[in-house]
Amino acid sequence: MNWFDAPADAAARLATAGYLADAATATTTYLAGALEKPLLLEGPAGVGKTELAKAVSRATGAELVRLQCYEGLDEARALYEWNYKKQLLRIQAANAGGSGEGGVDWDATHDDIFSEEFLLTRPLLTAIRRDEPTVLLIDEVDKTDIEVEGLLLEVLSDFQVTIPELGTVAATRRPFVVLTSNASRELSEAVKRRCLYLHIDYPDAARERQILQQQVPGLDDRIAEQLVATVGRLRELELKKAPSIAESVDWARTLIALEIRDLDEKAIADTLGAVLKHQSDHQRAVKELKLARA
Amino acid sequence: MSAEQSGLLDRHLAFVEALRGAGLSVSLAEDLDSLAALGTVRWGERATVRDAFAATMVKKQAQRTTFDALFDVYFPAMVGDGAASAGDQEAGDADAGDDGGAVRDNASALADFRDRLAEALDGPQLDEAELRRMAAEMVGVFGAMPGRGPGLSSWSAYTALQRVAPQELVDRLVAGLMGEGADAEDARRQANRRIGSFTAMVEDDARRRIAEEKGPDHVADVAVRPSIDKLAFMAARRTDLDEMRKEIFPLARRLATRLAKEQHSRHARTAPLDFRRTVRASIATGGVPITTHHRPKRPHRTDLVVLCDVSGSVANFAQFTLLFVFALREVFQSMRAFTFIDHVHEVTGHFRPGADPVDVLSDLAAAASHAALWGRTNYGRAFTKFEESHLDALTPKTTLLILGDARSNYSDLHEDALKRLAGSVKRAFWLNPEHERNWGTGDSAAPTYGEIVRMIECRNLTQLSEFVHDLAW
Repeated sequence: MNWFDAPADAAARLATAGYLADAATATTTYLAGALEKPLLLEGPAGVGKTELAKAVSRATGAELVRLQCYEGLDEARALYEWNYKKQLLRIQAANAGGSGEGGVDWDATHDDIFSEEFLLTRPLLTAIRRDEPTVLLIDEVDKTDIEVEGLLLEVLSDFQVTIPELGTVAATRRPFVVLTSNASRELSEAVKRRCLYLHIDYPDAARERQILQQQVPGLDDRIAEQLVATVGRLRELELKKAPSIAESVDWARTLIALEIRDLDEKAIADTLGAVLKHQSDHQRAVKELKLARA
Repeated sequence: MSAEQSGLLDRHLAFVEALRGAGLSVSLAEDLDSLAALGTVRWGERATVRDAFAATMVKKQAQRTTFDALFDVYFPAMVGDGAASAGDQEAGDADAGDDGGAVRDNASALADFRDRLAEALDGPQLDEAELRRMAAEMVGVFGAMPGRGPGLSSWSAYTALQRVAPQELVDRLVAGLMGEGADAEDARRQANRRIGSFTAMVEDDARRRIAEEKGPDHVADVAVRPSIDKLAFMAARRTDLDEMRKEIFPLARRLATRLAKEQHSRHARTAPLDFRRTVRASIATGGVPITTHHRPKRPHRTDLVVLCDVSGSVANFAQFTLLFVFALREVFQSMRAFTFIDHVHEVTGHFRPGADPVDVLSDLAAAASHAALWGRTNYGRAFTKFEESHLDALTPKTTLLILGDARSNYSDLHEDALKRLAGSVKRAFWLNPEHERNWGTGDSAAPTYGEIVRMIECRNLTQLSEFVHDLAW
């Protein structure tokens, strides 16, 4: 399947899906589709990494399959597992029926309980087995243990999974794979080698204003400009958690909800909690922006 | 692709080679990927080509600056004075006038150029292409160092910047920006940022021209700065220091998660079985304990005492290391920090949990004055003083960490005091920010102290985080 025709096409279609991509993002997204390689997205939290995967699925009409990674994620949760309870019931049922006329013999049962019916597919296998276009989102891959990366290697390079009892399942149609990471841990070289890499950073002021006005209807030009300038100023400070796009969108919504028409010092001081989530960051912002203490 | 004729393949291979030389791990797989990627995009847009290369070859954001610099060197945006120079003469004639031809390097040209530069940097929206052209003009006119033969002429961004001195335009810019309604502080910040980025453009352009003259490989070898995590503390410039400081906390956070994870996975196999959880989990599989659960082990923690030289020569290094260790304090059971020049002063109090790193740094700088009575680094006296007044900080469980370059101004080294200190703790390390080959030269007492305490070279953020990782194990 041709995901996108050209970088410009990717940018245009992502825009209609509600995602304003800059040139590098559009080019890399296009390449990920054209080369059928997984795309590894890194960058600060809240700049729209997960959102990009969702936008690709919306723009291309593909279904999104999401694997949320966490510490302790294992093969059974990522790939597939056997439905033990159902298998047990099956065995017991076979034994119960068998007491009369010799019943079903063990071999038949054995083959039976390792069939499609008892297989619980998890996101990775689901994405590979689907015939329709699929976007596979492997979210926060840096949260997993090293072992899961090994599992991803087979899936990401050959798009196939080996299930001992059933054989190898290969993808009939390669999914568009997006991995996101906050870089809280270095991923292994092997995973990185299989992926295209894109670092998504805070957008420039003009693009951020567009994003805000698209995401928050009813935000007038002047206040959007003030907001973007203030957020830009905050990002320059040395904060524990610099505000990202998600936070500026939240802030814009807050201002709309409070019906604040002008982002003056008092308004900033009153609503700073929507943007900064650390006490020391608050103090720093109040000091640097010379706000009156709220 | 008729690569043999065009030389494109050679250029590409040289580029890959340079990237590898600069520390990026570009394997054959990535090399092939990049060519496949290039095959699918149009070549007309330089930015698209760069993004395609970056997507396949760069796998770490820290490497991006190195990549961009090398890309500019191997695939320059323009050649010589650039295609724009023809158009420039038309424009130049209007205001430069009297020279009537190529712009010459003289006082009036200089004044004229500064005026035009100030104009270009002023205004609400900057024209990047125009600025880039002006940077090229500036290096071409004011930074040329004519050579005696072909291939000997060169360009110097330094000379150009010295002559034009864009920094002196700040006040003009500030006035202009304030005229547009920006407040004083904001205007100054913006003006500085604009001039900073213009300076970077000038440096890029000089690099580009030198590459044209001497071949890109030469420039790749000498002029491309290492990425921020490989940059030596002692060689860092003011802007690098700011960038490094922003890196410290994320780096510490990464290291802490890695430590927690490694401890977790290493103990998982050897930890005692959690019988209750295992049996409970086995109910789902009809009483067969398919997955076992283990009790988490208590993490092993270290008492850390940091003894830190804060004299001028190592002040940068000391600040980073102290901040870094501070950011990791949850990995250590307790941490006490002392600074010294020739006198010891405890600074543990400055590292309040949740404190602002900027404040901590300025506090530390202020506290450094307490650490000096005579003003010259004297390790021998610092060790004896420490032994006199703070010996209670050291216990048999303590890890002692000494930070400094071991340059003691030829004073009495008091090895015996250090020996006693090292003897009273569990382990002791010495981090030295100098290159190992310089140890023992001049007044460096590194070999002497190195025999008592294990001395480790620690010149950049990567080496620092590796060391702390080993330490916390």
